[in-house]
Amino acid sequence: MKHIKCECGHVNPEGTVLCEACGKPIEENQYIDGNDKKKLLNMRYEGSARRSTTYNKTVVDKVWNFFSSVKVAVWLIVIALIASGIGTILPLEQYIPMDAISRDPAIFYPETYGLFGKIFYQLGFHNLYSSWWYLILIASIGVSLVICSIDRFVPLYRALKRQKAKRHESFINRQRLYSETESVLNDEIQTVKERLEKNRYRIKEEDNHIVAEKGRFSRWGPYVNHIGLIIILVAALIRTIPFFYMDDYVWIREGELRVVPGTNGEYYIENHEFILDTYSEDDERFKDAIAKQGMIIPSNFQTNATIYKAKDAEVLGAEEDHEKVGDFQISMNKPAKFGGYTLYQQGYQLNEFSKMTFKLYEMNDPEADALGEFTIDLFDPKSEYELDNGFKIEVTEYYPDYSLTENGVTSKTNDSNNPAFIFNLHMPENEDSETSFVGDVIGSAEKLGIDTSVVELKPMGDVIGTFAATVPGSEDNQYKILIDSIQFDRKSGLSVKRDYTLPLFVLGAIIFMIGVIQGMYWQHRRVWIHPKNDGILLAGHTNKNWFGLKKDIEKVIEGTSIKMVEDQKEDE
Amino acid sequence: MESLLETSSSMLFTAFILYLVATFFFGFTIKDKTSEEKRSGFAGKLAITLTIIGLVAQLVYFITRWMASGHAPVSNMFEFVTFLGMCLVLAFIIIWFIYKFNLLGLFALPIAMIFIAYASMFPTEISPLVPSLKSHWLYIHVTTVALGSGILFISFVAGLIYLIHGINQSERNARTVSLEIVLYIIFLIIGFVVISSVFGAMNYNATFEYDLNGKTTQTEYNLPAIAAPYEGNLLTENVMEPWFDTPEWMHGADAGRKFNSVIWSFIVGTLIYALTRLVLRKRIGAAIQPMLKNVKPDLVDEINYRSVAIGFPVFTLGGLIFASIWAQEAWGRFWGWDPKEVWALITWFFYAAYLHLRLSRGWHGEKSAWLAVIGFGIILFNLIVVNLVLAGLHSYA
Repeated sequence: MKHIKCECGHVNPEGTVLCEACGKPIEENQYIDGNDKKKLLNMRYEGSARRSTTYNKTVVDKVWNFFSSVKVAVWLIVIALIASGIGTILPLEQYIPMDAISRDPAIFYPETYGLFGKIFYQLGFHNLYSSWWYLILIASIGVSLVICSIDRFVPLYRALKRQKAKRHESFINRQRLYSETESVLNDEIQTVKERLEKNRYRIKEEDNHIVAEKGRFSRWGPYVNHIGLIIILVAALIRTIPFFYMDDYVWIREGELRVVPGTNGEYYIENHEFILDTYSEDDERFKDAIAKQGMIIPSNFQTNATIYKAKDAEVLGAEEDHEKVGDFQISMNKPAKFGGYTLYQQGYQLNEFSKMTFKLYEMNDPEADALGEFTIDLFDPKSEYELDNGFKIEVTEYYPDYSLTENGVTSKTNDSNNPAFIFNLHMPENEDSETSFVGDVIGSAEKLGIDTSVVELKPMGDVIGTFAATVPGSEDNQYKILIDSIQFDRKSGLSVKRDYTLPLFVLGAIIFMIGVIQGMYWQHRRVWIHPKNDGILLAGHTNKNWFGLKKDIEKVIEGTSIKMVEDQKEDE
Repeated sequence: MESLLETSSSMLFTAFILYLVATFFFGFTIKDKTSEEKRSGFAGKLAITLTIIGLVAQLVYFITRWMASGHAPVSNMFEFVTFLGMCLVLAFIIIWFIYKFNLLGLFALPIAMIFIAYASMFPTEISPLVPSLKSHWLYIHVTTVALGSGILFISFVAGLIYLIHGINQSERNARTVSLEIVLYIIFLIIGFVVISSVFGAMNYNATFEYDLNGKTTQTEYNLPAIAAPYEGNLLTENVMEPWFDTPEWMHGADAGRKFNSVIWSFIVGTLIYALTRLVLRKRIGAAIQPMLKNVKPDLVDEINYRSVAIGFPVFTLGGLIFASIWAQEAWGRFWGWDPKEVWALITWFFYAAYLHLRLSRGWHGEKSAWLAVIGFGIILFNLIVVNLVLAGLHSYA
């Protein structure tokens, strides 16, 4: 490496613009900061030798220079924000509504949004924020953060550390705030010095040359906040490793005891009760809003549960092997925390069908005498049910979560949220059979104006079944099958999380905020007093708020013969 | 209870009137400044006093409404937008005491008033909190975001003053036209407020039935229907028949009603704008320009930067950090790429770019002013379009 020795004796690294010690401009490098075309010196990085402005030969240099440019950084930010914006136009894959035509993105987007939806999907905007090119974009911003910071911080730190009180005259008179006073008394200089100290400036002296400095730490603000951002990006990276971040989900019925998924069988949860509270329509405060919205508004979702810890994770099973961890009332905004895991109230299902009993009637029997009955356990449906009187009911189709869409009949999920059946009834006396469709209780309840997401069907389980559709397979059906009674289960959906990266995110955020405040609300101010013959040269520099520095200088030279500095800022 | 609510709404009205009167007094200070006196003059002092009383009145509105509902009134569109207006006034008062710049009030207060008026077009009933909103973070997150935005709005106001003052209006070019578009958009919002108030006072109602995701749903229009919901049926009799259907690709609940409101805003806003132009016989920007001839552009530029410098950290804290903490507490995920979250990130990215361009690439003056205007546009987009169109977790109107 080539070194540059200044006339003051200090050895500067290659690429230095202003001598680190005395500030004398180094002739051949003035073009770097554009000092050759201006009267004032560019003080942004103290004229220190930055790698990006010094080398530009190898590939490494080129990559380094690319990422160290603020212009490039701003462009990366602009591209990221435009892409992010486009990604919000249509819902993301995970936000495709439950009642959408199809939850398959390849069908959902074109079907719902036409050509635009198709393009949106094909360009990968439906999972934009985890697409490779978006991640590369964010990673590039991260790389740019690191390189920008290192490129500037290291030399700036050196330059500020090695600066001397004694500066070269050409450094002093090319500062923005500058004045020259022909003759100044020593006492006056002393007074100024004391006043500067009183204003919390740190004074450094060398051969009667003085530099008064204040708030240097604010120069580190940008680097500190960038470190905070880098920590956040690193945390996001670490979070993709399964050990650091675990995310699972459990549906649990009332009265059920289950292992908490994701805990390796270590913890068990027992759901005692799921509670859904709603606002009363008579509530003095809210009655207008409730009436206007015309629907029931929930006020609380809560699972009262007990968490157990398995004494020996190897031995699964009976409750005696469990040690109670505690009782929890898990509700929204009040998750349960135990052993590093957190359980969040996330969903519920008031009307999960567990058992349905059907009765068989003759088609136009005015007496309505049942010929027989059978019960289907929806957690364990059989393919055939035989009645005592010889009738045989074959389940030809079972839709646990029936829904009728433009594409025909489907089951939205595999949970028995809205069962529907196509039965094939075999007569005892002959080979004849006839089909009928029974089910869609939820559909018929909603036709009656019942919001089944907040209203429990349980109390009216027996009645509600009679409203459900029974559609004979053909006009000559001799028998009909009707729902007689329904048993419902209430279940609660809890998400299970364990996230070891949270402290890292918190740390990053705190450091970021400290950095922003440090850099934004303090200024690095310096005042130089440079003796010349009988008088002095006075110069001042700040990284921002020049008005404030001017006021400081005005105050400290008040009543002395020292001339007030003039603002030499050129008109650009 | 009832009386608390009455006090509350009359206090909001009082605040609105006080801001209006204060705006006039700030207007009187235009002549004041020509004398180049340091003292800010009687009109200015009176104006800022009125503004402060107005803010106090609005605080009383806020507190009484809180008492009546039992939760901080920042939970629906009416409450939040009103609060945003209040934060803008608060930010203005703070900046006024730093710079004693009266003309800022002439622009900031009308914008705050437009916010309050716009808010009043949404349902004003006290609505109950759904379980996910029941958290102390509601107050912490929402108030900090609003405060940050309010401060950032001041940078827009300063930017606007800078542009109206500085842009050469003698010819028609990209800059004058762009500035005029910004002003025109303000007219559109006024158009929305005017037409909604007129038909609101008449209790206009037309109910439609339409198909929403396979379910027959009703929607109530409070403006005569120009655009009906897609394949919707008009149920109300003796009202104006719709002219056409909302296009099919506009989805979601009440898409037709919202589209209809947008059409009305354009019609009425354009009408008011055209009339104003007809009277003034020049661009709005050109008409306001002479009032600002004594403005010191450096000072306005400084206010622009200073409000971003203060507003950016506050916004970061409220819109990203507190928001994440709450999301973690409620859903176990501090970030979920919900449209509102993404737009908060976009806002943050944008102001980060503003600061980098200004501090490191020397974008001062007019460039900064344009950026401040765009930043305001992004925040408004997040407030209006994201809430009403790109529905997500935050869609509350």
